[in-house]
Amino acid sequence: MRIRGLNWLFWGGIAACFVFQLAPLPAVLLPFKPYWLALVLIYWMIELPERVPLGLCFVLGLLADLLGGEMLGEQALRLCILCFIVLRFRSRLRFFPMWQQTLAVFALLLNDRVVYLMVHAIAGDPPPPLDFWLAPVAGMLAWPWLFLLFDDLRARLRAGDA
Amino acid sequence: MAIPANNTAPLFGEGASSTLRLVVYLVIAIALMIADRRGDWLEHLRAGASVIAEPIWRLAAAPSEFARDARVALADRHALSEQNAELSRQLLLAQTRLRRVEAVQEQNQRLQELLSVQKTLGLSVQLARVIDVDFGPYKRHTIMLDLGSDNGAKVGQPVIDARGLVGQIVEVRPHSCTVLLISDKSHAVPVRIERTGMRTIARGTGTLDTLELPNIPTSADVKPGDKLLTSGLGGRFPADFPVGVIRSVGNDATGMFAAAKATPDAALDRSAEVLVLHELANPVGPPAPAEEIGPPVSLKGSDEPAPPPAQPASPPAVQPNPTNQGEP
Repeated sequence: MRIRGLNWLFWGGIAACFVFQLAPLPAVLLPFKPYWLALVLIYWMIELPERVPLGLCFVLGLLADLLGGEMLGEQALRLCILCFIVLRFRSRLRFFPMWQQTLAVFALLLNDRVVYLMVHAIAGDPPPPLDFWLAPVAGMLAWPWLFLLFDDLRARLRAGDA
Repeated sequence: MAIPANNTAPLFGEGASSTLRLVVYLVIAIALMIADRRGDWLEHLRAGASVIAEPIWRLAAAPSEFARDARVALADRHALSEQNAELSRQLLLAQTRLRRVEAVQEQNQRLQELLSVQKTLGLSVQLARVIDVDFGPYKRHTIMLDLGSDNGAKVGQPVIDARGLVGQIVEVRPHSCTVLLISDKSHAVPVRIERTGMRTIARGTGTLDTLELPNIPTSADVKPGDKLLTSGLGGRFPADFPVGVIRSVGNDATGMFAAAKATPDAALDRSAEVLVLHELANPVGPPAPAEEIGPPVSLKGSDEPAPPPAQPASPPAVQPNPTNQGEP
């Protein structure tokens, strides 16, 4: 029962990310769209790392590439790097106070942006506009809320169980 | 909530194996990216996947559509808004038809002057709604329409709006299709300059409001304000559709050629409804003859009074052929 609820939360969260990632926004808000998939995966990697092996990150990244119509393998690469770093520093991230954790997430998202930039620079695309760097900030601001939301949902699942 | 694996497995062995896995995944990802960039076999995979992805796209687009519908419903009475939408749709069709009639009139006159057989342009258009728009710094400039292969859409069909050329269909699914805009970096349109008849190519730049005309000879007569029309070369786009207006002319990086920037006529970032052209009369025909170079017709109008009285008779004869509206 408990496992099933957790499964729903896990996959439902990821499905919601895909939808949010694709949802059209007014042009003003577009640069502020956080990388939802990365945020949710970071959460699960910190809390239940055995659920998020590197392979899953890779497959989800491929799926996101297919859905987003971008270069195939791009998000897979970015998510793998992100996942690897988080899993390496998981034990530290887990016991950070919230503000430190938030800063760590910002650094992760910034690193992700740099990887993105490198991939496209190698592919020969022109440099992006400045608002390209706003997304990690938005992601950082979204992180505490996402963390609290998922923690609360999991606590409720557990409480409903007992 | 400790991980049992961490307690049993040696610390460094674990680290090494996960690094190895990371490297393997990274190599796969990079290989995929290279394959995607260089080859075209991934296109088939992508086309297959997009059929599955379509419901997800529609789901993602649902909130914004809902918000739009709610706004209309709250702003005024339902019937009024419906009538409004219907009227604007009719206006769009009428404007395009008018433009087409003008082009056909011009052609008609030309043919009459040449004493050859009168020819009408077989043109049927289909109204389509834009259901998704995607412009990112690295994205292709594409829009998604609610026409699919079930409605007869085919790859390569030109898409226009009331003001000018929008793009062409590059991908068709059963119920939707993807249109590559003329502003996309990989897109180029053969155009001619209306005033002088000079032929050149208008390339997309990746920004919505700019087209680029590279490699114009420095001696060529190109001025800001010149209108660009499709030349019809290549057979992909019909001739004489407005494409854009020259905004500025400068030297290119090498200094050997001039390069001009143009503003597209079509409302690439605004239109919610566009028209898809079907069955061109002359898909691969001879190029349209160049306009005569010289003073514009309006300046020398006094010595040829014949055309004006002849015009009223022609419109009924050149009504565009069956014009079916796509269901929205």
